[in-house]
Amino acid sequence: MNPLDILLWVAFPYAAAVVFIVGHLLRYRFDQFGWTSRSSQTYENKWLRWGSPMFHYGILMVFGGHIVGLFIPKPWLEFFGVTEHIYHLGATWLGSVAAVLTIAGLVILLVRRRLVARVKLVTTVMDKVMYLFLAGTIAFGTIATVLYQVLGAGYDYRGSISPWIRSLYGFQPDPALMSDVPFFFQLHVLTATMLFLLWPFTRLVHVFSAPLGYFVRPYIVYRSRDGHRGAGAVKARRGWEKSELPRDTRDREGSRR
Amino acid sequence: MRVMAQMSMIMNLDKCIGCHTCSVTCKQVWTNRTGVEYVWFNNVETKPGVGYPRRYEDQDKWKGGWQRNKRGRLKLRSGGRIKRLATIFNNPDLPVIDDYYEPWTYDYDMLTKAPLSTESPVARPKSLLTGQNMDIKWSGNWDDDLGGSQETAADDPILATMSEHVKMEFENTFMFYLPRICEHCLNPACVAACPSGAMYKREEDGIVLVDEDGCRGWRMCVSACPYKKVYFNHKTGKAEKCTLCYPLIEQGKPTICSETCVGRLRYLGLMLYDADAVLAQASVENEHDLLDAQRACFLDPFDPEVIAAAKAEGMEDDWILAAQNSPIYKLISEYKVALPLHPEYRTMPMVWYIPPLSPVVDVISTTNNDGEDARTLFAAIDKLRIPVEYLAGLFSAGDVVPVESSLRKLAAMRSYMRDINLGRERDESIPEAVGMTGTEIEAMYRLLAIAKYEDRYVIPKAHVETARELEELACSLDTDGGPGMGGPTAATAAGPYGKTPGMPLNATVDNYNQLVGKGGERTKPTTPGRVNLLNWTGGGVPEGLFPPRTADGATGSPA
Repeated sequence: MNPLDILLWVAFPYAAAVVFIVGHLLRYRFDQFGWTSRSSQTYENKWLRWGSPMFHYGILMVFGGHIVGLFIPKPWLEFFGVTEHIYHLGATWLGSVAAVLTIAGLVILLVRRRLVARVKLVTTVMDKVMYLFLAGTIAFGTIATVLYQVLGAGYDYRGSISPWIRSLYGFQPDPALMSDVPFFFQLHVLTATMLFLLWPFTRLVHVFSAPLGYFVRPYIVYRSRDGHRGAGAVKARRGWEKSELPRDTRDREGSRR
Repeated sequence: MRVMAQMSMIMNLDKCIGCHTCSVTCKQVWTNRTGVEYVWFNNVETKPGVGYPRRYEDQDKWKGGWQRNKRGRLKLRSGGRIKRLATIFNNPDLPVIDDYYEPWTYDYDMLTKAPLSTESPVARPKSLLTGQNMDIKWSGNWDDDLGGSQETAADDPILATMSEHVKMEFENTFMFYLPRICEHCLNPACVAACPSGAMYKREEDGIVLVDEDGCRGWRMCVSACPYKKVYFNHKTGKAEKCTLCYPLIEQGKPTICSETCVGRLRYLGLMLYDADAVLAQASVENEHDLLDAQRACFLDPFDPEVIAAAKAEGMEDDWILAAQNSPIYKLISEYKVALPLHPEYRTMPMVWYIPPLSPVVDVISTTNNDGEDARTLFAAIDKLRIPVEYLAGLFSAGDVVPVESSLRKLAAMRSYMRDINLGRERDESIPEAVGMTGTEIEAMYRLLAIAKYEDRYVIPKAHVETARELEELACSLDTDGGPGMGGPTAATAAGPYGKTPGMPLNATVDNYNQLVGKGGERTKPTTPGRVNLLNWTGGGVPEGLFPPRTADGATGSPA
């Protein structure tokens, strides 16, 4: 186990995880106003109409595939009758569909971002860095899959990469698992780790705002200005809750004085 | 019965001269920032015309508002919860900026920096989105005063639905102005469509607001609002909308658009309504019944039962009194001359309009008949199908009966009051013909024609014991630094809202005085040791008001 292995497969992932978690907490605490998807749909819709749903639905499928492949141990799936062969078929075919959607969507979005002047001008440096690592991650992952899984003999990452990731989560890191992994899988993992490190500082934070609460909340939301009316007289109904002061207001007041 | 108060507005369209003062002052106060260049919380449209954004009334295209489904339940026209989240990656009904207009400025610098030449330098228009030269082809009021309407009026969605074929011939056309702000609906579609739950209706006064901290920029409110009065700030990626100038309303002052209206045509006041009745009334089957359905939601502020219920909800006495004195209640429920804008959207809008009699009067005058004679006016209202049908398309889902009734009352007021002004005998048959009494007509005349400031605006102050918290909640413009942040407290001048000189630290104007009174942070004077006159309350002579005396006793500049 050489020092480089420890740096790449232990130190770097943990550092990225810390930045990812702490970064999100801090940004959520201090930058609610900057927390948005920063949509550019009002600038241009003809390309976006195709690119955005393709990319987003594709990447959601990719995410689901990674959950199954990385976090569910092989024996568990086999217990449910998902043999290596079935898994391989599913991963390859569903994965291909997801990859085609994701890549085509991303290409449309990137070309649009470059060619549509209105969109290009609102692209920040952070956006560009994020796109670099996002595209890199997706590209290396696809190259690895095509090279080793489709064209090659097939590489069982569930015997190396998946246990390595789970070893990180168990705080029993085992970098040796990663040292013999094919090159493009290694690159894919490294760019992805970098992406997670950058995540809280980019527009990607909007992923955590997926508005699932919309399914259960009442349509019309009422908020009371203070406790004097409505909410005070009658027990508050769902959707009629009192609005709360942003938590950091008092701190800001203090520092301003 | 759940009694709630709604701060509402009524505009008397006969008095609107289309000067756009309301739009300009509103823009100066609220949307003079980058990202909202194209945003007009208040705009004035010429009708017939395409409106702003173009053809916003065409709900087959934009899918705004509510729809009654076969089971008699209300559903957002743009789809239910599942469809909304499924289309969250690309809102299929969102107007793009070209449906409003591409904001631009002019290359003024060229006028002073151009080298000596035989030609005059020209300030070319430059897009504020791309910085490139652009050809200006459309803007907010491109069809103002029917300018170019031969080309565009056919696109007016109301004209398109009218039974009679209307040709835009200028010799016999009609025209009026329609100022529009957010409707602060009782059943707001924008609030219902917000996936994040960041939009809300204020329980105290019914003002619909966006929580800028909670907004995640999904843009569903923009498309769901049938009036297209929620806008997307393309700089901050958040929704913004008319706030009914709540910082002013809370102090008992009228909104900027009302205060600066030169025609004095806007009325502000409370309406009490039964919140539990809204959904059922908004779901009535026949669109023509929606006007009466909405009227049925309103409560009589003089009814002891209503007063008791309001008090049980915690409403203060001064608010109930304000509801009783409300000009809105008089115009909507007593005189029944005010009508809602597009009730067929089923959002229960709360900015109502008194339809203009002027298109009718104009026609009579051009035919050399007496435009103030009651019988002539009544006959004309019956006969002039085109203006009346058009008004019905705007204010009563196409039902001409309420529009005719309102116009007849205005006509009756016109001729009844003429007799009084000319010292003739009062003709009591005129009020009778429209189901009113002479006293009522005179009171209505006082409210509509004399329109004293204190009659137009009956605004109870908010109970501000804890209202400071509210301002901070709704207006998070001045949060601390970090990515995407800015505002006056940020180190850099150009925040997400752009370079905005003099942006207040807090939302409400009276905060400034609070700040000074408490000896809080003040605006720094340009010269150390002196007082910034903006901080001077006018009382006494604070230290530093005058320059220090020099040794010889004369006052001098501290250099």
